[in-house]
Amino acid sequence: MTQHQPNLTAAKITGGVHTEQRHDSAHKHVSGDAVYIDDMPEPAGTLHIGLGLSNVTHGTLKSVDLTAVRAAPGVVDVLTHADVPGENDVSPSGMHDDPVFAEGKVQFHGQPIFAVVAKTREQARRAARLAKIEYEELPAIISIWDLDPEKDKQVTSPLTLNRGDAAAAIAAAPRKVKARMKLGGQDHFYLEGQVSLAVPGEDDEVVVYCSTQGPSETQHLVSHVLGVPSHAVTVEVRRMGGGFGGKETQANQCAAIAAIAAKKHKRAVKVRLDRDEDMTATGKRHDFAIDYEVGFDDEGRILGVDFMFALNAGFSADLSGPVGDRALFHCDNAYFYPNVHAKSAPLYTNTVSNTAFRGFGGPQGMVGAERVIEEVAFAVGKDPLEIRKLNFYDAMGTPGERNLTPYHQKVEDNIIHRIVAELEESSSYQRRRREIAAFNNNSRFVKRGLALTPVKFGISFTKTESNQAGALVHVYADGSVHMNHGGTEMGQGLHLKVAQVVAEEFQIDLDRVKITATTTAKVPNTAPTAASSGADLNGMAAQNAARQIRKRLTDFAAEKYQVPADQIVFLPNRVRVGNQEISFNDLVKQAYLNRIQLSAAGHYKTPKIHWDRSKGRGHAFYYYAYGAACSEVSVDTLTGEYVIERADILHDTGRSLNRAIDIGQVEGGFVQGTGWLTTEELWWDGKGRLRTHAPSTYKIPLASDRPKIFNVALTDWSEAYEPTVHRSKAVGEPPLPLGISVLQALSDAVASVADHKISPRLDAPATPERVLMAIERLRAEAAQVK
Amino acid sequence: MATVKTRNQIRFILNGEDVQLSDVAPAETLLDYLRLSRSLRGTKEGCAEGDCGACTVLVGRLAGGKLVYESVNACIRFVGSLDGCHVVTIEHLAGGGDKLHPVQQAMVDFHGSQCGFCTPGFVMSLYGLWMVSPEPSDAAIEKALQGNLCRCTGYEAIMRAARAISDYGKVAKDPLLAERKAITARLEALRDGTRVEVGEGRDRFVIPADVDDLAAVLEAEPTATVVAGSTDVGLWVTKHMRDIAPAVFIANIDGLHSLSEDKGVISIGAGVTYTEAFETLSKRIPALGPLIDRIGGEQVRNMGTIGGNVANGSPIGDTPPPLIALGATLTLRKGKARRAIPLQDFFVAYGKQDRAPGEFVEAVHVPVPAKGDHFAVYKVTKRRDEDITAALGAFWLQLAKDGTVADVRIAYGGMAATPKRASAVEKALLGQPWSEATVEAAMARYAEDFTPLTDMRATAEYRALVAKNLLLRFYMETTGTKAPLTVSRYEAA
Repeated sequence: MTQHQPNLTAAKITGGVHTEQRHDSAHKHVSGDAVYIDDMPEPAGTLHIGLGLSNVTHGTLKSVDLTAVRAAPGVVDVLTHADVPGENDVSPSGMHDDPVFAEGKVQFHGQPIFAVVAKTREQARRAARLAKIEYEELPAIISIWDLDPEKDKQVTSPLTLNRGDAAAAIAAAPRKVKARMKLGGQDHFYLEGQVSLAVPGEDDEVVVYCSTQGPSETQHLVSHVLGVPSHAVTVEVRRMGGGFGGKETQANQCAAIAAIAAKKHKRAVKVRLDRDEDMTATGKRHDFAIDYEVGFDDEGRILGVDFMFALNAGFSADLSGPVGDRALFHCDNAYFYPNVHAKSAPLYTNTVSNTAFRGFGGPQGMVGAERVIEEVAFAVGKDPLEIRKLNFYDAMGTPGERNLTPYHQKVEDNIIHRIVAELEESSSYQRRRREIAAFNNNSRFVKRGLALTPVKFGISFTKTESNQAGALVHVYADGSVHMNHGGTEMGQGLHLKVAQVVAEEFQIDLDRVKITATTTAKVPNTAPTAASSGADLNGMAAQNAARQIRKRLTDFAAEKYQVPADQIVFLPNRVRVGNQEISFNDLVKQAYLNRIQLSAAGHYKTPKIHWDRSKGRGHAFYYYAYGAACSEVSVDTLTGEYVIERADILHDTGRSLNRAIDIGQVEGGFVQGTGWLTTEELWWDGKGRLRTHAPSTYKIPLASDRPKIFNVALTDWSEAYEPTVHRSKAVGEPPLPLGISVLQALSDAVASVADHKISPRLDAPATPERVLMAIERLRAEAAQVK
Repeated sequence: MATVKTRNQIRFILNGEDVQLSDVAPAETLLDYLRLSRSLRGTKEGCAEGDCGACTVLVGRLAGGKLVYESVNACIRFVGSLDGCHVVTIEHLAGGGDKLHPVQQAMVDFHGSQCGFCTPGFVMSLYGLWMVSPEPSDAAIEKALQGNLCRCTGYEAIMRAARAISDYGKVAKDPLLAERKAITARLEALRDGTRVEVGEGRDRFVIPADVDDLAAVLEAEPTATVVAGSTDVGLWVTKHMRDIAPAVFIANIDGLHSLSEDKGVISIGAGVTYTEAFETLSKRIPALGPLIDRIGGEQVRNMGTIGGNVANGSPIGDTPPPLIALGATLTLRKGKARRAIPLQDFFVAYGKQDRAPGEFVEAVHVPVPAKGDHFAVYKVTKRRDEDITAALGAFWLQLAKDGTVADVRIAYGGMAATPKRASAVEKALLGQPWSEATVEAAMARYAEDFTPLTDMRATAEYRALVAKNLLLRFYMETTGTKAPLTVSRYEAA
C-alpha cells in the first residue's frame, strides 16, 4: 500500500465545493473500465431471461400454450403470473394495476406475459418467440386526442388548481383566444437499457444489482412480489448508463422478474432488455392534449386562463397522477395569472404506462404556458418576448402583488427579469430580430425564426415524504473516508458533488473520499434520485453525517489537548488545535485509539414545504430554479427541414457546487428538450403498435443537431434564497424546458410566411413534416384573408 | 470447386493477440464474441442495430496493400467476416498502465462523459478520425460522430474534447500507427488466398477466395445469404433472429473493391463501401458527396456497400434513385456468365429483383454527367443525419440549346414499393422550356406517378408534397440563384 502524503500547507483543499471537478468516473468511462450491471462478472451458472410480449393491444388471453417454448434448446423454465410468490404487481403508486406478468388480459401491445429462463440470453430470446397465444381482441384506445378529459376513464384522480375566477375574468376580458395543442411524448433512450442481475442468498434473501434510480422502491417492490420482508432484499447500483426518469419506476419489473427466477432456481438470473423490448414495454414521457382559453387586455396582459391538461397515462397509473400535477404546477411557467383554473386528466389508454421523464410533466405545463403567451402576442401584434416580460411574476425584492402561483405559493426568489434582461443583451436579441426580418423579406425559400423563452422550475417532490435523504460516512483509522448515500449516479455527477461536500466538511482532499455503490443495505428508505433533488437532499444528508463525526473529532481534540472547542479549526488536510496543527490523519488515528466512533448516519428533510392536494394549496416547492434560452432557427419552406443556427443560454444553479458538471447538465438538458420538441416522434400504427422502437426509427439529437453556435453560461451572481447545500440549486430538470425556445423559434419562422399575422399553433414534436404542414396551413389562411 | 484450397478456421488479430477460431457460428456477432467469449466488456450494446455506436470498435484491414483502420459497429459485424483483420477495442487504447490515450485524456479533461455508457464508442470513433485527421474541422468531427448517440451531454463537451486531442499527443507517436509495419506484416501473413469454410452442412459460412470462387460458391449454393457490409443482414440476425446460414462473407474479397472510370463511366465493385467510394464519387459527381455523408453513420459507411444497397432492393435505399437518374447499369453474374441490365429494371416489385438464384451483383456502372448536364439529389428525413429516407428525389437534366428540356430522368425513393422513375412528370417536362411555369405544370403530375404510403417516417400527404417541392428546388438550383434554397449546417466554402 502506498502511504498517503497529504499536503499539510495547502491554502485550500483540492476538490472542495464551488470548484470545477471532473466526473469521478471519467477515466473509467473513457477506458471502458466503468462497470455497468451487464459488465459485472456473472456468478457461475447464471441464467438469462427472454420476455414474451403481447402481440395485441387490448384483449383477453384465451389460451397461452408454452409447450414449444419449454421444449426449446437451453430453456430451463418459463415463468408466468402463476410463478409470482407474492403479489403479481409492481405498481409504484399502490394502485395494484401494474402486473409483473399479464393475467387474464393484456392492455397494451408489448405487455410482458411470460419470461423464459434459459442458459443463454440468445436461447431465451429465441424460445420466447415460440409461444402460441390466442387472444380475444377488445376495442383499444390508442390516442388521447379524441377522448373527453371530463368523461373518459382516468387511471387516478385528477388535480384542479383554482385561484380567483378564471371564467369570469376571461368572459370580461377585452380579448380572448381558445384552442388546443398536441404535445408528443418522449422515449428516455438511456444508452444502457433496463437491466437487473439477481443473486439468491440464504433463506429468503436476494441481492438485486439493478440499473435503478430508486433502489429503495425497487427493494420494496421486489419484496412485495416475492412476499418477503424488505430486510430480505438488497438492491445495489453503482451507476446507470443514463436514467432521465426512465429508471425511477420502470426498473422494477425487470428486477422483480430476475428475483423471482433467482429464488425459484437458486441461481443468479439476469434480465437485460433488447432496445426494441425496452422501448416497447417500458413507459415514456406523457404526451398531452392541452386545451387552453386565455383572456387578456389590448396590451397583452393576461387577465385569466383556463387550462385542461389531458395526459396519456397508458394502461396503469404508475406516476401519471403526480406527473399531471406537476404539469399544472408549471402551467404558469414564469407568469402571473390573476385568475386561473387548471385541471389535469390522466387518461387511460391501451399504450404502455407512461412514467417519469426529466421534468416530470413540468415541461409540458410550460409548453402550455408558452403557447398561451404566443397566442396573446399574435392577437395583439407584438413580439412574444414583450408579452413574456409584461406577464412575469414580480421580481424578488420588489413590493409587487403579482407573485402568487396557481397553487397559492408566493414566489419569493424570482430572478427571471435579470436573467432575461442579461440574455436579451448578450444574445443581441433586438438586433437579430431586425436582421431576421430583413433576411426573411429577401429570402423566398428559407425563413428564419427567433425566440427567447424563460424557465422557472419548482424544486421539491410534491410527495412530501420523498423530501428526505440518508447518508452513511465512515472515517477509517488512516483518515480515508468511505461515503455512501441514498442517491444514485446516472451520469449527473451526483456522487462527485456529494463527495465534494464531504471533503469540504472534513477539509480533506477530494481523493480521500471514496465513492461507493448505492445500496439499500447501507442507507434505507431513500427517495428515488428524481425531481432534480439528488444533490440537494443527499448532499445535506452527507454533510450532516460528516458534521457528526467532525463534532466528535472536535470534542475529542478539545478534551485531549485541553483547548476550547472553538479553537479547533479544520484546515486543509490538518486541524489546528490551539496553537499547534496536526494532520487530519493523525487526529483520526488518535481518535480511533481513544475509541471515538468514526462512523455516522446522516439524515436530511427539506424544511418549509407542505402541500394539500385536495385543496390545491400549499408551499409545494422549497425554491425555484431559473433560466432562459434564446434560439434561432432557419427553415426550408419547401420541405420543413430546419437547422438550429444558434442558441444562447443563461441558467441559474445558485452558487454552483461544480460549474463544469452544471454546464454539462444545462447543455445536455437543452439538447434533450430540443429533441423532444423537434425530431423525437413516437408513432403508433392503427393497431396500437409502437413503430418507433429503436434508434433507426426514433430520432434523438446527434452532434450535428446541436445549435451551430451554442453559448451556455451560468449566472455567476445568483445564490439560493433558501439555505440549500452551500447555497447551490438543483440542475437536473430545469434546463430541459430551455428547449422550448427552439419550438417557439420554429413557430416564429413559420409565422413569417403569413407576415406574423396568424398564430402558427405549431404542435410538437415539430418534425420537418409538422413544420411544413403548418407553413402550408398559414399560407392557405393568409391567401383566404386576401 | 475442388481446385480451391480451403481452410476451416478464421484468423485475425484482436488487440495484440493472434486469434484462430474454427468454432464460430455464421451469425455470431463481434459484440457478443467480445463481451461473452472474451470478457472484453468495455464495448457496449446500446441498440444492436448499428445506430447508436456504443459498440464501436476499429477494424484494421489491408486495402490495396495499405493498412486502414475504420470504425465499425461490433453489434452487427459478424465474427466470420473478420478473417485477415485487426480488431481494436477500447481495452487496447490506453496500452496498459495508468496513462490514458490522448483521445481519452481529452474526453476526461473536457467533461465529455456523463453516464459513460456511450463513451467507449465515442472514444473509438474519435480515435479513428484522429488517426487520419489530427486537426479535424467541426464538420469532420460531426461526420465522424453521426453514428454515435449520446443522451447526456448534448455533445458540446465531446466536441470540445475532439478539437483538443492533438494537444495531448502526436498521431505519429500513436501505438497503432507506430506498429503499422508489424501489423501489416502479420495481416499479410494471414492472407493465404484460400477459401475459408467454417461449420458443417447448412450451418456454416464461406469466405470465397476471390470473385470467381464467389461465383462458384453461389452457383453451388444459391440459397446462401450473401453478406457484404452486414449493415442490413446484421439486423436480420439481431432483430428478426433470422437464420442466415449458410452465409457467404464477401467484404474482404479484393476483386470486389475495384473502383475505376472508363469513358465517362465509373464502375463500382459490389464490395466497395460508401467510405471507399466517397472520394471518387464526390469528386466526379459532386451531388453524391453530401448524399453519401447522410447515409447511416460513419461506422455504417465504413461497412456498408453501394452494391449491397442496390442488391437488397429496398424502396428506401438511398443510392438507387440517384443511380437510376444517372442511367446506371448493373453487371449481374452467375457462375461464369455475366449480363448487364439498366439499374431501373433490376427493381421488379417490392422485395423482388431481377436476380436469378445463384446470381449476384458484381458491379454498378455509373455514367458521369456530361458538362452542362444538371444533376442533383435531395434526401428528406426527420433527423438530418443518420436517418432513413422519408422521401428522396434525384434529378438529371439535359437542356437543349434553346433552353427546352432535351432529356430528363427523375427517380424517387420512399414514394413507392421500389425506387421509381417519375415518368409522368418527366413527360410533362420533356421538350418544354425549362421555366418555373413548366415546373409548376409538371408538379401537378406527381399524383400520376406516385401514391405514397403513411408510416412512422412521414404521412402520404407530406411525401406527396415534398416530392414535388423538390422539383422546384431543383429548378431553382439550375437557375444559378445565389439565394439560399435550403437550410444547411455547413455553409458552402
